[in-house]
Amino acid sequence: MDIKDLYRDVILDHNKRPRNFGRLIPCDSSADGHNPLCGDQLTVSVRLARDRISDVKFDGHGCAISVASASLMTEAAKGMDRAGFASLHSRIHSMLTDPELNPSAELGKLASLSGVRDFPARVKCASLCWRTLEAALQHSAQPVSTE
Amino acid sequence: MSAVVTKNATAARNTDPADVPRYDVERVRREFPILATRVNGHSLAFLDSAASSQRPQPVIDAVVRYETTTHANVHRGVHWLSQRATDAFEAARTTVQRFIGAGSTREIIFTRGTTEGINLVAQCWGHANITAGDEILITAMEHHSNIVPWQMLRDATAAVLRVAPIDRRGELDLQQFTALLNSRTRLVAITHVSNSLGTVLPVQELTALVRARAPRALVLIDGAQAVAHMKVDVRSIDCDFYVFSGHKLYAPTGIGVLYGRESVLSAMPPWQGGGEMILTVSFEKSSWADLPAKFEAGTPNISGAIGLGAAIDWLSRVGIAQVHRHEQDLLVRATAALECIAGLRIIGTAAKKSSVISFVIDGIHAHDLGTIVDGDGVAIRTGHHCAMPVMTFFGLAATARASLACYTNDADINALVTALRHAQEVFG
Repeated sequence: MDIKDLYRDVILDHNKRPRNFGRLIPCDSSADGHNPLCGDQLTVSVRLARDRISDVKFDGHGCAISVASASLMTEAAKGMDRAGFASLHSRIHSMLTDPELNPSAELGKLASLSGVRDFPARVKCASLCWRTLEAALQHSAQPVSTE
Repeated sequence: MSAVVTKNATAARNTDPADVPRYDVERVRREFPILATRVNGHSLAFLDSAASSQRPQPVIDAVVRYETTTHANVHRGVHWLSQRATDAFEAARTTVQRFIGAGSTREIIFTRGTTEGINLVAQCWGHANITAGDEILITAMEHHSNIVPWQMLRDATAAVLRVAPIDRRGELDLQQFTALLNSRTRLVAITHVSNSLGTVLPVQELTALVRARAPRALVLIDGAQAVAHMKVDVRSIDCDFYVFSGHKLYAPTGIGVLYGRESVLSAMPPWQGGGEMILTVSFEKSSWADLPAKFEAGTPNISGAIGLGAAIDWLSRVGIAQVHRHEQDLLVRATAALECIAGLRIIGTAAKKSSVISFVIDGIHAHDLGTIVDGDGVAIRTGHHCAMPVMTFFGLAATARASLACYTNDADINALVTALRHAQEVFG
């Protein structure tokens, strides 16, 4: 397999210039994600307008796959409601783990993460931010949430 | 080829090249069948021996021979096979005893590995001897397995865990270490070689300092990263405990050694209860077997011990002094070659280092480096190396680590340098 299947230009670009990087202060909810295997850490903070994600940012440090995945996620998640995000998360999860599945065209730029499925050791890097935003959305009643 | 070979640095270290026969690394490599593996269309450059080394054919053969011709339970039966298995198992213990210069086989306890050896000491010696206010001293460069068992002991006994600091080169701060020794110090647990920085600690001098300034303290040395790379003599060091794993010493996984000074081990309560470790058992009371059986409850890892014995025999034939010099020379060349890569910074620049080179490259996370060089057939470790406090000290989440062994050659180093440059190209 070609290493460029994993490190596509979109990934490298989002790693170098992550979108929505930082912390929303104040925010309606936030969650921390931690990968104890590699020490990667990120915080996702969201603002909600009723059920909809009106703004989302991420902060922290990690490898190119985790930073690009978080950057792409925040772009895609803005404007979505909880159910919409949950559905997207589930499609991304399938794309990252199922080698048989061809990413559908509607995923757009997010499809560039599909190379990860050929590198099982790196799936966690790509999926951490998604699980973290999901956690932030579930705990949105609480002022600050962590793991 | 982009690697720079620094012949001058090599020559400077080899002060007496005429006295020692040339180390034939290619001959050594031929004994390790796994090194012929091809990875992603490339020759394997295995630079992760600090995590676990590979096994030479004689070790593989010894294990297969045991399983094929000798296996039975040890110390149990009167039958022929049981006696043969016991003889082979105990011969391995003698091999270990001689290898580390212990006074007696009674001082050699077989364990699963370094981690189990340290936990055995923490639980048996620690719980019997440590009370509130007692001090345990470690260093800031320890592996988690030489931190966490002492934290658990501290929490159970209200003892105090002290940490001797390191400096930016990864050297132990000797002044601080000395200042932390006192009459409350009951245990000093230190690494021989740092797995994340490569620093070699002067364990003999440190032990002497402990004896002089903390007369109530015992000394435990974590030798996991040392035994395969330098001659270790526990009586010269004068430590009370020395622990190591077989699998970093060209032996199978699941076998390791706790050396303990006989007087210390004799006074310790047993660890696990069960078969093998008893003298007599009745429902009212049991009495313990003599050393070393007291600490080896249950059927041991017999084939692992025999594999370890075979690995030590093999390494002794190759010559640990020759291996040491080969690795030291290669360390100098590899360090120089890596330093030529723009944006690469070596973490751990102590004056005396063993076969470990940790590094970071500007703009590329260690995990990405690990994946990209793997695509080129180069196996390195990436992450915190089970030494998170070291990472925190250097303000890093992770480093990449290349580690050397008796079979590492210049082609491996060149492959690493080329692969790292490839990673830089990928990341633009």
